[in-house]
Amino acid sequence: MTELLRVEGLTRSFYGVRALRGVDFCVRAGTITALIGPNGAGKTTAFQCISGVVPPDGGRVIFAGQDVTGWRPDRITRAGLTRTFQIARGISRLSVLDNLLLYAPRQPGEGVLAALVNGGAAAEEAARVRAIAIARRLNLLRVANNAAGALSGGQKKLLEIGRALMAEPRLVLLDEPIAGVNPTLAEEIADHLRGLCQDGITFLVIEHHMDLIARLCHPVIVMAEGRRLTEGSFAEVAADRQVQDAYMGSRRWA
Amino acid sequence: MASYLLAMAVFAGFYALMALGLNVIWGLAGMINLGLVGFFAIGAYTAALLSVKLHVPMLVGWGAAAIAGSVAGALLAVVTARLKGDYLAIVTLGFSEIVRLTASNEIWLTGGTDGISAIPGPFRGALSPLGFNLVFAGLIWGVVAVTALALGRLSASPFGRVLRAIREDEMVAAVAGKPVLAFKVRAFALGAGVLGFAGALYAHYNGYVAPDAFQPLITIYVVLALTAGGTGTMRGAMLGAVLVIALTEGTRFLDDVLPGLAPVQIAALREALIGTALIVILTWRPQGLVAERTRVLQLEAL
Repeated sequence: MTELLRVEGLTRSFYGVRALRGVDFCVRAGTITALIGPNGAGKTTAFQCISGVVPPDGGRVIFAGQDVTGWRPDRITRAGLTRTFQIARGISRLSVLDNLLLYAPRQPGEGVLAALVNGGAAAEEAARVRAIAIARRLNLLRVANNAAGALSGGQKKLLEIGRALMAEPRLVLLDEPIAGVNPTLAEEIADHLRGLCQDGITFLVIEHHMDLIARLCHPVIVMAEGRRLTEGSFAEVAADRQVQDAYMGSRRWA
Repeated sequence: MASYLLAMAVFAGFYALMALGLNVIWGLAGMINLGLVGFFAIGAYTAALLSVKLHVPMLVGWGAAAIAGSVAGALLAVVTARLKGDYLAIVTLGFSEIVRLTASNEIWLTGGTDGISAIPGPFRGALSPLGFNLVFAGLIWGVVAVTALALGRLSASPFGRVLRAIREDEMVAAVAGKPVLAFKVRAFALGAGVLGFAGALYAHYNGYVAPDAFQPLITIYVVLALTAGGTGTMRGAMLGAVLVIALTEGTRFLDDVLPGLAPVQIAALREALIGTALIVILTWRPQGLVAERTRVLQLEAL
């Protein structure tokens, strides 16, 4: 399988805190790769740097053969790499459908002059059809015209995924897609991700629910203290002594 | 009295046009702009100077004023790209004061505090004062209507959707693939262009411009108009402007209703009444008289 994303020596500090101390990993196309590690390992910071929301201090991010290090987030999204947020942050006063439409790429109606003369109506219409299809797929059609702020927690998580899909991505970074979601819906989200992966979208997932990772993700990348610790199948990393130490602390005193 | 009422209708038109311009910058894109009177002044001076010094036709001057406002707006948006909220408010307020002080001091160009007088008005010579007010009221409200329609269209378009997204959460808009700064510059230029155009109309209506006319108080009134009317909606902007003029002007007649008060007391009471009315409106309807609605779209896929 081909490599879709490569991260090399990524570093980032926030004042004195060295959140990333030279992270290296790669994500192969067609996988649902997990990124796990204890709190403070630097997983979210890695996402911020890869998606362009926070510029890295050093290192490189190569997406689909292109060096995207330090690009603005909008440009990275247009290149085919998009992300969701850990705490769902939809545009609360826009409807679910408008939230989806916001992520539609190549909309001529976003230009001032085109918007005045109702240009880009065809593109908008096509995007609307696609948004409805995505809302239907994610069981959001019932609430498609509700304000995004009025959704339940689980629906907001689904909307996060739906918005990312609207951007026509090749790779989606999911930051805790099932945190705080009930087990039934979590299973449903996992099914969606499997289906979308079969449709050709690659996922890199930060998640703390190990049972879900065990069933959904391969391979699993483990981070600790701003570095990649190890990588392998879930069974391999779960059996790894270093990983156990990173999560539980070493047994120095036992 | 008819002339006075018409003059008030004209002023309500200026406020409505300014509130519409502000609505693009603040109502849709969420950038607080306490310097809007500066763009209004730039438009007024551009039109006045072109007309008086270079004898350029009025319509050309109006276009130039809108462009001058737009350019100033785009520049200010680029300069303040990293500022938000209170900080943006202070810088924009400073901008409008710089415009006013420049107009006061660059005497060779603006005539300083003496201002520029004898600015021609459309058909002014051929009409009675009442007739001129009538024509101008029609003109300004016609402009308001066309502007509101055009901006309403923009607001309902994908362009408006991106501006709203930037207002609510810039990071989401960026991750959605939208170049945030480019959209902010466009919104600022568009709104400031409307403000500059309003300034040009004001110069030709009043026949005289001087720095004194461009006090920050105008900005405050327009911000109040938009807040009370409803940020994010064009109808709200227009309604709020009429309301603010009705409150500030209507209270002039308090001494007819309340005899036996000294003029000073009347003046104080007037301000208190305006303040109270706005507090009541915003308590009763925190989103303004015309609240922004979540758009409902047809769901059946074609």
